[in-house]
Amino acid sequence: MASGLTYTMLDATKLSTSEIYGAVLCELGEKHPDIVGFSADLAKSTKIGLFQKKFPDRFFNVGIAEQNMFGIAAGMAKAGLTPFVSTFAIFATMRALDQVHTDICYQNLNVKIIATHGGLSFGQAGSTHHCTEDLSIMRSMANCQVIVPADGIETANAVEAAYYTPGPIYIRINRGFDRRFYDRAEYGFKIGKAVKLTEGTDITIIACGSCVYQAVEAANILANADGIKARVLDMHTIKPIDKEAILEAVHDTRRIITVEDHNVIGGLGSAVAEVIAGSGKGCAFERLGIPDTFSIIGLHEDLMAYYKIDTNGILECARELLGRDFEADDDWEDEV
Amino acid sequence: MPISVNERLILEKKAHELRLLCVNTVMWAGGGHIGGALSAMDILTILYYKYLNIDPKNPNWPDRDRFILSKGHIGVGFAPVLADKGYIDKELLKKYNHTGSDLAMHLDSLKVPGVDASTGSLGHGLSIAVGTALAARLLKKSHMTYCLLGDGECNEGSVWEAAMAASHYQVTNLVTFVDRNKCMIDGPTEEVMGLEPFAKKWEAFGFIVKAVDGHDFMQLSEAIDFALEEKSAPVVIIADTNKGCGVDFMEGDYKWHYGSLDSEKVEQAFESLEKYYQKRKGVSRNG
Ligand SMILES: Cc1ncc(C[n+]2csc(CCOP(=O)(O)OP(=O)(O)O)c2C)c(N)n1
Repeated sequence: MASGLTYTMLDATKLSTSEIYGAVLCELGEKHPDIVGFSADLAKSTKIGLFQKKFPDRFFNVGIAEQNMFGIAAGMAKAGLTPFVSTFAIFATMRALDQVHTDICYQNLNVKIIATHGGLSFGQAGSTHHCTEDLSIMRSMANCQVIVPADGIETANAVEAAYYTPGPIYIRINRGFDRRFYDRAEYGFKIGKAVKLTEGTDITIIACGSCVYQAVEAANILANADGIKARVLDMHTIKPIDKEAILEAVHDTRRIITVEDHNVIGGLGSAVAEVIAGSGKGCAFERLGIPDTFSIIGLHEDLMAYYKIDTNGILECARELLGRDFEADDDWEDEV
Repeated sequence: MPISVNERLILEKKAHELRLLCVNTVMWAGGGHIGGALSAMDILTILYYKYLNIDPKNPNWPDRDRFILSKGHIGVGFAPVLADKGYIDKELLKKYNHTGSDLAMHLDSLKVPGVDASTGSLGHGLSIAVGTALAARLLKKSHMTYCLLGDGECNEGSVWEAAMAASHYQVTNLVTFVDRNKCMIDGPTEEVMGLEPFAKKWEAFGFIVKAVDGHDFMQLSEAIDFALEEKSAPVVIIADTNKGCGVDFMEGDYKWHYGSLDSEKVEQAFESLEKYYQKRKGVSRNG
């Protein structure tokens, strides 16, 4: 990866995740004149407006017209340009999905969709602005890679990596500030490769997005209070999913929890479940997420607690799962 | 029947009270889409206090007039109206946006009585309104459907798909409003994505256009009366309005699309609204 960005210098505590995205896109835009930006009356809200300020001629605010926006981006990609398109996650993946599907993914065009206000991060807005379906939807779009960064620094890494990876990529970030997790950019971010945050042999917690921070907190408490060694994987890439890391977790810990700010159907939990089922190995397994319902409203932290995808929810689930039986595998003597 | 001077004054007072309640709601909620709520308040007021045939005690009454708030982001303006009409307890406004509250920025039709459609994703409302109006025709019901759109919202192609259908099916038991406050989130509408010639666009889609001052109850009522009578084509009322109407530090400023208010700002807003109300009361075209 041709790096050299200065985003490690960014004071990540002072910038919201989307502001970091905007700043990184400006830096990339400086070096790569093929980058063009798009928004649909949400330039300010998604922070792609920073790119607009710097490169007004390379930015298009198409008004409140998401379908048109993705169509125009597809046309530009056909001419060899690299569109970065930003709107709220729900509008990127549902309002304009046919354009995303047919104009972009089907034609395998080099369009980067950086969607903000993902999951329940715009909690007070209600279900028209919650987005707990996007990972499921985008995961089933052939050619498309799907990334859910854990915080601002990981967002910076993901956006940069997306530029250097040809084809359609969907990156989902939150509204506002995320709990900062990574304190520097050099921890070996690679699309499709999970980051092992804690070592552990009793249970594995596989998380993405805002749940990563919560998972590590839970692992620390499990270690200190329960004497349990929990492995935490930051599974920032939902597709292609890191099969190797999942199989290793099955092998080493045989107890797995997934946790995501998304419907339990179709997202990270489902992707992990598919790998586990395919392995033929017995495993105690639980998916934490939004239980196939339209969410109540409120602050993001409150909703994470309500749906038990926060530290306490993960702890509760881990303690239950540690006591759960699963069918043992006679030939599987190499269990740690 | 055009409204009398007396009726106008009653509506002025109601709109004023609702603007105050809207400002308070934004404060209680910790933030809200106040600019577009205040620009639309006179339209909401005249509909809810003059035209809509509804029964707040029986919100699902099948023969009620329907109101589809297509610019669904102005829950902080709509909920005070519903509370004042008695659909919901006014006390609930104090918990607006709070975790677990039934009142979110965009109102949920399954949670809030009186809300005919869950909106918030722009560009959906007119299609739903065409649907409820066509259903009324099919079921031989005489009720009307009213729909309120934002002007920025009219960037959405789906609005024009609905407009095409409304005129194709000659849907005349429908009255469409556009809150033409000339602002959207990222700037003035004509800078972000030009709409003009706006009236001509509606005409080209088969609508009869009534252009009115959206803060003048006389003009609004004349236009609505016209629309209720007109059976040759659907009518759209393009209401020229000011974003943040009545609050001097918000008026006409697109940056007040969404905002939060501390008690000091609320005080300032109240003062300004009071002055605005006095001015409005004084203006009388027929008295
Ligand atoms: C499909 C869709 N895209 C984007 C948004 C985000 N959004 C909310 S309000 C708004 C601007 C609306 O402008 P306008 O229709 O003129 O409303 P008003 O100025 O009357 O408040 C936008 C872009 C949305 N709610 N729905």
